[in-house]
Amino acid sequence: MEHPHAAEVAVQTVSYLRYIVLFPLLGVVFNLFLGPRYGRQVVNWVSPGMVFLAFCFAFAAFVQLPDGGALVDSVYPWIYSGTLQVDIALRVDPLSGTMIMVITGVGFLIHVYSVGYMAHDEDVVRYFAYLNLFTTAMLLLVLGDNILLLFVGWEGVGLCSYLLIGFWYTDDEKASAGKKAFIVNRIGDAGFLLGLFLLFWSLGAHGVWTLSFSEIAAHASVLPVTTVTLICLLFFVGAAGKSAQIPLYVWLPDAMAGPTPVSALIHAATMVTAGIYLIARMHFLYSLSHTALAVVAVVGAVTALFAATIALVQTDIKKVLAYSTVSQLGYMFLGLGVGAYAAGVFHVMTHAFFKALLFLGAGSVIHGMSEEQDIRKMGGLKSKMPTTYGTFAVGCLAIAGFPFLSGFFSKDLILEHAFGSPHGSPLLWLIGTLGAGLTAFYMFRLLFVTFWGENRSDPEVARHIHESPQVMTVPLVVLAILSLIGGYFTLPELLSPLYGHEHPHVSLLVKYLPTLLGLGGIGLAYRLYVQDPPFVPGRGGADRLSRQFSGLHQLLLNKYYVDELYEAAIVRPLLAASDWLWKVWDTVVIDGLVNGTAQVIQANGSVLRFWQTGNVQTYALSFCCGAIVILGYYLW
Amino acid sequence: MVSLIVFIPLLTAFFLLALNKNAVELVRRTAFGASLLTFFISLGLFTGFDSETAAFQFVERYAWISEFGIEYYVGVDGISLFLVLLTTFLSPLVILSTWSSVEHRVREYLFFFLILETGMIGTFVAVDVFLFYVFWEVMLIPMYFLIGVWGGERRIYAALKFLLYTMVGSLLMLVAILYLAYLHNTQHGTLTFDLLRLYTLEIPVSAQMWLFAAFALSFAIKVPLFPFHTWLPDAHVEAPTGGSVILAGVLLKMGTYGFLRFALPLFPDAAHAAVPLIMALSVVGIVYGALVALVQPDMKKLVAYSSVSHLGFVMLGLFAFNIQGIEGALYQMLGHGLSTGALFLLVGVIYERRHTRLISEYGGLWKQLPLFASVFLITMLSSIGLPGLNGFVGEFLILLGTFQANTLVGAIAVSGVVLGAVYMLRLYQRVVFGPLTQPENAKLTDLSRRELAIFVPLIALMLLMGLYPKPFLSRMEKSVEATLARIHQTADNKSVESVESIGSVESLGRLSLDPTDPKDPIDLKGAS
Repeated sequence: MEHPHAAEVAVQTVSYLRYIVLFPLLGVVFNLFLGPRYGRQVVNWVSPGMVFLAFCFAFAAFVQLPDGGALVDSVYPWIYSGTLQVDIALRVDPLSGTMIMVITGVGFLIHVYSVGYMAHDEDVVRYFAYLNLFTTAMLLLVLGDNILLLFVGWEGVGLCSYLLIGFWYTDDEKASAGKKAFIVNRIGDAGFLLGLFLLFWSLGAHGVWTLSFSEIAAHASVLPVTTVTLICLLFFVGAAGKSAQIPLYVWLPDAMAGPTPVSALIHAATMVTAGIYLIARMHFLYSLSHTALAVVAVVGAVTALFAATIALVQTDIKKVLAYSTVSQLGYMFLGLGVGAYAAGVFHVMTHAFFKALLFLGAGSVIHGMSEEQDIRKMGGLKSKMPTTYGTFAVGCLAIAGFPFLSGFFSKDLILEHAFGSPHGSPLLWLIGTLGAGLTAFYMFRLLFVTFWGENRSDPEVARHIHESPQVMTVPLVVLAILSLIGGYFTLPELLSPLYGHEHPHVSLLVKYLPTLLGLGGIGLAYRLYVQDPPFVPGRGGADRLSRQFSGLHQLLLNKYYVDELYEAAIVRPLLAASDWLWKVWDTVVIDGLVNGTAQVIQANGSVLRFWQTGNVQTYALSFCCGAIVILGYYLW
Repeated sequence: MVSLIVFIPLLTAFFLLALNKNAVELVRRTAFGASLLTFFISLGLFTGFDSETAAFQFVERYAWISEFGIEYYVGVDGISLFLVLLTTFLSPLVILSTWSSVEHRVREYLFFFLILETGMIGTFVAVDVFLFYVFWEVMLIPMYFLIGVWGGERRIYAALKFLLYTMVGSLLMLVAILYLAYLHNTQHGTLTFDLLRLYTLEIPVSAQMWLFAAFALSFAIKVPLFPFHTWLPDAHVEAPTGGSVILAGVLLKMGTYGFLRFALPLFPDAAHAAVPLIMALSVVGIVYGALVALVQPDMKKLVAYSSVSHLGFVMLGLFAFNIQGIEGALYQMLGHGLSTGALFLLVGVIYERRHTRLISEYGGLWKQLPLFASVFLITMLSSIGLPGLNGFVGEFLILLGTFQANTLVGAIAVSGVVLGAVYMLRLYQRVVFGPLTQPENAKLTDLSRRELAIFVPLIALMLLMGLYPKPFLSRMEKSVEATLARIHQTADNKSVESVESIGSVESLGRLSLDPTDPKDPIDLKGAS
């Protein structure tokens, strides 16, 4: 599976890649300085328009991409310090080309949708400024030709995530969710930075001073395997933070506090896949370390199953989708970890389509239900919101791996590799397959409970339920079409110059069991939530099950108490220690010594009291005298 | 040009005394105009700077007290250039802030402030060590009065603590300086305080230890290095806004500048021996400062402790003894000057309106003060080292350098980056986000035009330094390389190099770029 590296492929220098990043940035500047003056109508056109222009340039780059080669745009020299020389340089190859198409394409649709979704929000200018800034940073992340520039985008998207989660800042809980996201991500970033430092100096020890991906790829083989493993694991800490894997996933469910289009763009389609992108970008390092790959695969598989179990019982429509995202990201890492980089990236793309669709669909539901997010109070929306329902159903089928929809191709490819690749194992496959069954179940539970059956909302809310305007439903339809046909974009073929051709041969059982379990999950959801009325205490199979296994139900409902554990084990001890350091160590011990010394001198020396006049001139005089005495001692 | 920059503020200070003390507006405009003029002149240093040499440039040199070999000898190199600019840049902004923050004894306030500016610039440009010491002491007195007269409730305690702490240190430094001159007299028969000639002294390792300790203590207090930091929170809390800005923005850099200019290159053997101790104290300071900042109820104290943490990074970079570490440290000195200066100004803005610095008194300010909140946001991001802003470049280079020098220390220091985000984000959330609960806050007014005029240049520079650091780094490079070469001239290295002296032009070649006055050619023991 090893393949000749990028250093040998055709690289073409162009100077228009910068515009892909610049247009959204222009949108930010416009929103900041002119947005308040021109107001909502203009901003509604400018912000999506800038992303559309970026899309056009991205498309041009994608089309111009030389077969198996890359386009490079060197903009200007950035940080030059000794042997460290980092340029602002952008690079489009099949991997980043795919990513910019997804980011600008899906991003544009979500910008358009936002126009409708945020129509009643007074702060729409600030919203679009953040959203444009996010697009800029995300594009920089994937276009960066070196690790440090990637890190700039990496931190930039983290910032936008922070700002957008806490967009409705007057709600303390939402502001806290933003802060939590930023801090958990910073823990990952610490790993990222350490990995970067280790890589830089380790290569430097061999006379290779670079942070540029293509040069690292060309020289990676000089590094000893243990160093490579350590570097890969450190970068994986960063990836686990950004892409919400165990143990750093806790911020993503809370991140649902942000506006729903933000959840779709940042916390489903693009930003959270940055960790996958990082590893896919650095595949040449990971391929050198079996240990690192194994860790990635295991963490991915376990997260996929773990998050899926939590999603089974959640009752907030966005929380279900959030845990589903954590789980799906786990699948992508599983793919990377078994060396199936192309399959992992393939799933990034299909997931971007159907998960953006699902989130936007959820947003449409929330919009139509007067901000209600609890699925127990929904039901029967099928007839009232037909477009939302239809597209949402397509999304559910796609994520559940229903044959010939997009998720079917990418997820099955990952699972086939998990079984058949040299890095794979039947156990990893089994975990992934179980997760696939659970995924189908919780997604159709969500679909049935939300759209089927009787309406359970308050009469007041029920009267106002309405389908969303076209500016919101058209993006839904486009994404639904992409979710239907996305599996036929032969991404693994396109990425083969980077990752080679991968064709695992597995038995029919291995190949089709995930699909069968998925169909079974749909059937079970139908049995429990359509044939029995949902959420009526004392009735229905779901309610019986949850009472029968109430311990397990509570455990899942409370998300395994991980947040509580972190709070008790990390947050509170840290605050207590800080408080002690300040009040005891700083104030009593150090200052006590300082003041004590002064007091001792004062108390013991009646002679010294002569100088304690409180008059600065006297101090200065005595100080000079002392200096002269000592000077005299040394000089003569 | 350098002398002009040094003395315009001083002359203006005395000119102010000639003005009617009740003509407050005139006094203010005069002081502001003078500091602005100083800034524009100092820009000439930047544009005229030759980044191809490590030599001191714009040199002015006159005999002063010739009996003792003391000269008026000033100039700038890549190390002092930006610190001078930082000082001349921040000073007019601070004076602009006094329009609302200082109401009584305005003339006297500005008088002391301008003297302080002269002291600070002089300290950075002095090449004669005695002259350096004079300026160093000149700085103390006006700062003492700024805190003691215009400060808060416990201003006398804070001012005395500040003065005594720093004097204890500087006294020992004076002794060490005199000893150096004496040593030069013994070795070369001339009494001189010329730093470049003192660099060439052969100091026995045992003496280096004592001399280094004397310098290091003085500088460590100024930095402040843990555990010599307890004067800082008190001084900051009690100082008026302008005092805090200058204290954090410039005065703290005196300590780190002192290490880089004097303690490290003068006593390389001792410096090498001190690395483990200083690195340990720095990294403790990074984590300690961040943790203590986390629980502060008072905004100014929080920022003060954050300075302890940030300056810990600077110290680590200096003691990494490699290009990235030292350039990063220099960059972070500038970056911290901007971001922390701006933070104190921001605290000042709301303090003037509400007369409290307690974090719990605020909350939900975004709704009421959107401009303030936006400026605060960018400043906070610069402080926590977000890429694209100034803080990142310095922090990144420091950590990169430190990681090479000592992996473990580098790894612990990286955790400081996480903690930095924790306390700043907590502060920001509690002040700016959330519901606006206090009715008094609902009456606050947003930034005025004058206040905007203070913050816009600060933010522009934060962005410039983050996006395009090359003009800054390239001007530092040669001087940093030369200093590094001196730091690596330890007793062990010298014996090695004297053996290969003919071949090893690399490090010595850089030294020979140094300007030394013609009558005293370079006298490197290893080379001659």
